Amino acid sequence: MDFQFTKEQEALREEFDVFFGEEMKNAPETWYSVVGIESIFHSDEHFKFHKYMAGKLAEKGWISRAWPKANGGQDAPMLEQLIFNEVVAWHRAPGIDPFAVGMFAPTLLVGGTEEQKRRLLPPIANGEVFYSQGWSEPDAGSDLANLSTTAIKDGDEYVINGQKTWSTGAHFADHMFLLARTDPESSRSKGLSMFNIKLDTPGIEVRPLLYMDNNHVYNDTFFKDVRVPACDLIGAENEGWALTRQTMNFERSNVGGFVEGKRSLEELIDYMNKTRRNGRLLSKDPIYRQQVAQLYAAHEVGQTLAYKIAWEQQKGGLSFAATAASENKVFGAELNQQVAELTTKILGPYGQVGPSKWSSLDGKAPGHYQFCTAMNIFAGSNEVQRNLIAWVGLGLPRT
Amino acid sequence: MDITLNKAQLNVIKEARKFLKKECPSEFVREMFEDQKGYTDELWDKIVQMDWTAISIPEEYGGMGMALLDLVLILEETGRVLLPGPFLSTVSLFAEALVVAGSDKQKGFFLSKVADGSIKGTLALFEPDGGSNPGYIQTSANPEGDSFILNGTKLMVPDAHVADYLICAARTRPGASLEEGITLFILPADTPGMEITVHPTMDSIRKYSQIEMRQVTIHRDQILGELDNGWEALDKAMQRSQVAICAESVGGAQWAMESATEYAKNRIQFGQPIGAFQAVKHRCAQMFADVESSRSILYYAAWAQDHEEPTAASIAASAAKAYCSEAFTRVTCDNVQVLGGAGFVWEDDIHLYLKRAKANEIALGDPDYHRDRLVDLLP
Repeated sequence: MDFQFTKEQEALREEFDVFFGEEMKNAPETWYSVVGIESIFHSDEHFKFHKYMAGKLAEKGWISRAWPKANGGQDAPMLEQLIFNEVVAWHRAPGIDPFAVGMFAPTLLVGGTEEQKRRLLPPIANGEVFYSQGWSEPDAGSDLANLSTTAIKDGDEYVINGQKTWSTGAHFADHMFLLARTDPESSRSKGLSMFNIKLDTPGIEVRPLLYMDNNHVYNDTFFKDVRVPACDLIGAENEGWALTRQTMNFERSNVGGFVEGKRSLEELIDYMNKTRRNGRLLSKDPIYRQQVAQLYAAHEVGQTLAYKIAWEQQKGGLSFAATAASENKVFGAELNQQVAELTTKILGPYGQVGPSKWSSLDGKAPGHYQFCTAMNIFAGSNEVQRNLIAWVGLGLPRT
Repeated sequence: MDITLNKAQLNVIKEARKFLKKECPSEFVREMFEDQKGYTDELWDKIVQMDWTAISIPEEYGGMGMALLDLVLILEETGRVLLPGPFLSTVSLFAEALVVAGSDKQKGFFLSKVADGSIKGTLALFEPDGGSNPGYIQTSANPEGDSFILNGTKLMVPDAHVADYLICAARTRPGASLEEGITLFILPADTPGMEITVHPTMDSIRKYSQIEMRQVTIHRDQILGELDNGWEALDKAMQRSQVAICAESVGGAQWAMESATEYAKNRIQFGQPIGAFQAVKHRCAQMFADVESSRSILYYAAWAQDHEEPTAASIAASAAKAYCSEAFTRVTCDNVQVLGGAGFVWEDDIHLYLKRAKANEIALGDPDYHRDRLVDLLP
């Protein structure tokens, strides 16, 4: 057993750290007032900074670092990816597009043709093209297989009709990776296919879907007779569901969540060390001390579990990795909510006030409190994740 | 013992719900979220016509002289719909302090105007370094002849931006403990030297303000209760207001539970209503338990204010405030979890309740404050 990183890995971490330390000085003023990976979609200015960072990362070749050399990458091992993700998370840095890089590129690498990889990967690696995810529909949330958007073959094109919802950042993105029903006779997870779609294709309408703090991050996307060339079908026709299983695995290890959470707690402790309430330093309050300590320890737990997941993935132990990733998603999301609740509690009245002269911690507490409810729902709700752990991990029967 | 509501009380609830369904629909509440004033005069007049501003004002001052429990029944209904406007601030925060501490003359002047709806008022307590402890008061009131000069800052004062009068807690002399040397003052909101600024709060249906007081001059006639010994009266009045806030929280929690349960019955995924799944069922069941238990302690705490001996009443108020606040927060988060994505959108109403729950949690002492207080009250 050895938790030490090698000298080379530490040097790499240092290199990443110096880079982000410098570049994050260019972040917009409001950057730290918005919590979470979706802060890149928070405003035009935020997305502009995301694009800027993507360009800078592309110059270093760091967007495609984990990809095979044959596809322009550097075959970076899992642990180096882990180190990179930790550093990105600690700096709260954008640039690695969660959809283009986090989900679509891995899908292409697994299921794309050589032509598609040659055509679609370089723009992603160069930080030029950004993606949105076209999966959820009004009647296909937790039950994604219930989706009904159709993609009917017509000559050398497919014609798409339907509606997607929760299209994160579709108002900023260039492309969408879409899951649609190519076999109209099919039901549920059979007969689904994945497509790469340019969002400026005629027939696509993107409409804002405001979330609970009245911000525009998400959208509904409507497709009316949208024509997509057959060369943009990713993987085999009607085999799209299997492809989504593979992208989902890339999304769930969550080490970044625990690292960022630790930073948030450290900032909260710093605030407590400087702030008096009722004449006493907040950091001396015995109740708050216990609660902060308990959450910090939980982040250590999450981080070590994430390390184990990455290690198992590196060794090829996918079954454990998938189950543990589900557990880590649940654990991480519920923990994040506890951090948001403790922060609003400790800030007291100041936790109710958005960015303004009265707010503390960059005024992010109210926004964080609202956003953290979503983490227990998106990317597979905690209920679904617990079912997966039970069925896949423990072999418990379905009802 | 008889812990049922009587026919008259059940009727009050029924009429209140009917009235609010008509006069306070969700579209109106959502409009008021972004409206600067936050309510309409028309709605206020209609509330007055329902006699709601008179319910708990003593009869000799033009009110109906009913019990705190009777006000609580109405506040459950107003909490259920997130009624915009300075209703709770006026009939509870403002009026209770007057009832407990006011002279006959002051009660005659102010309470009659609360009862007939002609004035709005609130209570200014929180201060910058006090966090969620309403007892940490550093605003100074220095005597100058027959006057006092107020200097200090109050935060998170509900409805100050529309109040005609404010009751303000200030320190008239240093004390050995935080509670010693506090005096209550009552003053018009437009007294020179008062600057009221609305905060951008997460719960934007109830507007909260900062009040900056610079050399505010008031007369000794404006003292409410005893000079230097205002804490005891303030504490008593606050208990009654804490119970009032719990009523609002229970009403809101009830809505959140009903709305989640209804959704679980109708939303189809995996070929069946999601309420068929045990994880969802159990969450709804827990929400029900949270609401029922909150309501139980609420009614006891309200009754206790009028019937129990002081320590028992105080314990009940703190127990209720700690419990009901956390239950309301839990239930709103549980509603979002049941609704999934639908619970997260601006267009759905649950976020309004989620935000109200957080604000009510810290109002008049957060759960940690009340648990700490409770321990000291126990024999």
